[in-house]
Amino acid sequence: MKNRLFSLLALSVLSLSLLGGCASPEAEGEEEEEEISVQTLTVSDPDYYTRFKGQDISINVYNWGEYISTGADEGTLDVNTEFEKLTGIKVNYTNYATNEELYAKLKGGGAAYDIIIPSDYMISKMIKEKMVQQLNFENIPNFSYIMDNFRNMEYDPENAYSVPYTWGTVGIIYDASVVDMNEEDIDWDLLWDETYADQILMFDNPRDAFAIGEILLGYSLNTENPDELKAVAEKLKEQKKIVQGYVMDEIFDKMGAGDALIAPYYAGDALTIMEENDSLNFVVPASGTNLFVDAMCIPTGAKQKEAAEMYINFMCEPDIAFANIDYICYSTPHSAAFDMLDEEVRNDPISYPDEELIANRTTVFVNLSDEANRTMQDLWTEMKSADDETVNRWLVPVFLLCCLGIIVFVLVRRYIKSKKDIF
Amino acid sequence: MKQLKVLSLPYLVWMVIFILVPILMMAFFAFTTENGALTLEHISDVGQYANIFVRSIWLALIATAICLVLAYPIAFILSRMEKHKQGTMLMLVMLPMWMNFLLRTYAWMTLLGNNGIINYLLGLIGLGPYKLINTSAAVVLGMVYNYLPFMILPLYSVMEKIDKSVIEAATDLGCNSAKVLFKVILPLSLPGITSGITMVFVPAISTFIISRMLGGGSNLLIGDLIEMQFLGNAYDPHLGAAIALVLMVIILVIMTVMNQFSPDDQVLI
Repeated sequence: MKNRLFSLLALSVLSLSLLGGCASPEAEGEEEEEEISVQTLTVSDPDYYTRFKGQDISINVYNWGEYISTGADEGTLDVNTEFEKLTGIKVNYTNYATNEELYAKLKGGGAAYDIIIPSDYMISKMIKEKMVQQLNFENIPNFSYIMDNFRNMEYDPENAYSVPYTWGTVGIIYDASVVDMNEEDIDWDLLWDETYADQILMFDNPRDAFAIGEILLGYSLNTENPDELKAVAEKLKEQKKIVQGYVMDEIFDKMGAGDALIAPYYAGDALTIMEENDSLNFVVPASGTNLFVDAMCIPTGAKQKEAAEMYINFMCEPDIAFANIDYICYSTPHSAAFDMLDEEVRNDPISYPDEELIANRTTVFVNLSDEANRTMQDLWTEMKSADDETVNRWLVPVFLLCCLGIIVFVLVRRYIKSKKDIF
Repeated sequence: MKQLKVLSLPYLVWMVIFILVPILMMAFFAFTTENGALTLEHISDVGQYANIFVRSIWLALIATAICLVLAYPIAFILSRMEKHKQGTMLMLVMLPMWMNFLLRTYAWMTLLGNNGIINYLLGLIGLGPYKLINTSAAVVLGMVYNYLPFMILPLYSVMEKIDKSVIEAATDLGCNSAKVLFKVILPLSLPGITSGITMVFVPAISTFIISRMLGGGSNLLIGDLIEMQFLGNAYDPHLGAAIALVLMVIILVIMTVMNQFSPDDQVLI
């Protein structure tokens, strides 16, 4: 999802890691003592993958950052290299940070991609705008591994355009040493609790932030009703007083360092943050939440559609799907990969909440109408800049006129002066 | 002379392709709808963000003023030093700029945080914790910190050219130090002041990463607003272009006003 470290944070981390280089040998030494299980790759139908061998084909894959197994940890598979080895197709792999960035890049028309991995609501938006094309599932036999409850999702009702890659839920990360509550009692209104004023973080994107308000007020997560959206905006405005900041990836630092106590976030990343700070806990409130799915699609105008379908099929090979999910910590819709996971992970209620919860109390985002999107965005901007008293919309034009007046005045004065100087 | 003009050709081509054409495209976007029809709707929509404009201009003005107050004495002291010391001191001024801009801003996040170093030290002497980050003051601090060298350098380069004998002459003729400052140094350094203000004010008013990192997302500036239109949920490049265009006009007008105050023949920017 949109939570992978921003390239800018990655930059900082890179610089820090250079500085910290002297400290790392020790840490590596410790790791080596652990037993390394080596992941291996067997594919179901090797002949299928060799069709394009020697034809010097390349495909462009556009994915979230840190969202594929790269073989960086010892013993894990480098998925793209394995694909190149197997098929002879070269993979050009690039990253994006948000669905919107992906959309803007495709809409701008400047880029040619063969594989993209957008999230649910973005997929339905792209289907509506004919930006992705139907897949030929004969070329993707491994689709059979995808669990039934992740087929024909609301964003792609006929499941003609997408193959699910990962999924997850949104929940609350909180510092259990300070927030003294039973897990079952925690609900979204914890984010409105004034006891924790200034210790609460909030999503910095309208869709996720509004979803929380919508759950609290009992609306649908895909509501387009302007009155309901307004009510949610009011609710968020109410919360603003006690919110420390609106953040996305910064959450890793702030929660990890104990700068904030409570924040809503995506389950996969919550696990990563919890590794840093033992007192943190994550809970998916029983009143409901958003279930997100990221799925592989092929954009309209892709040059190598068949090779792209081969790549999707490859990503659905059990060994590959397992390597990926093992690396990125999100939840998998792939039945064989799920079976390969450790018992412990499979029973982890954070990654794999029980089916009753998923079936009855989660909602998948679908794309909103342009109008509803616009309303939401306007309300969001208004909410974020709300603490100022409302400024008259004519202020800026009037200000500009005043400036023009000053310029004219000075110029005229100067002109008169220069006339005088002649005499 | 003619041959010399040919030398400017590469930059001219560069300017047309990468500056002029994009500005024209932006203007085109601002005045058209998705279907290419002419409209003024986007420009008039910008009015609803007046409070964000006012806040951006206000914060940028404060940051510029603080930079000027901090930089002016430093630049003067620098320019009066011995030549070989000046080099070292100038390098020290530039030193922070060698480090990545984002990293420097990122460092402030750790310093100002609720459990950050500043609050920790204050805690040791029994003060605080104070809310330092996610405030307008933190945004201004980030601006001042990042853009201060851009104020010092032009001031220094102008002041360096002020002849020592001019100041001596003023003192000989009976000026006290305040008069020397206001009647001699200040007027002579005006071009440096105007270009310094330009170089701080313009990036400060359009910044978005400083306000996001230090303002906690609740101190929206125009830069954030434009970014939201292009990469955010709203995805409305036409409105984004309109906001950017209005911002350009505002900066242009403010700069023109600024330049009225410097002597006619010495306008640098």
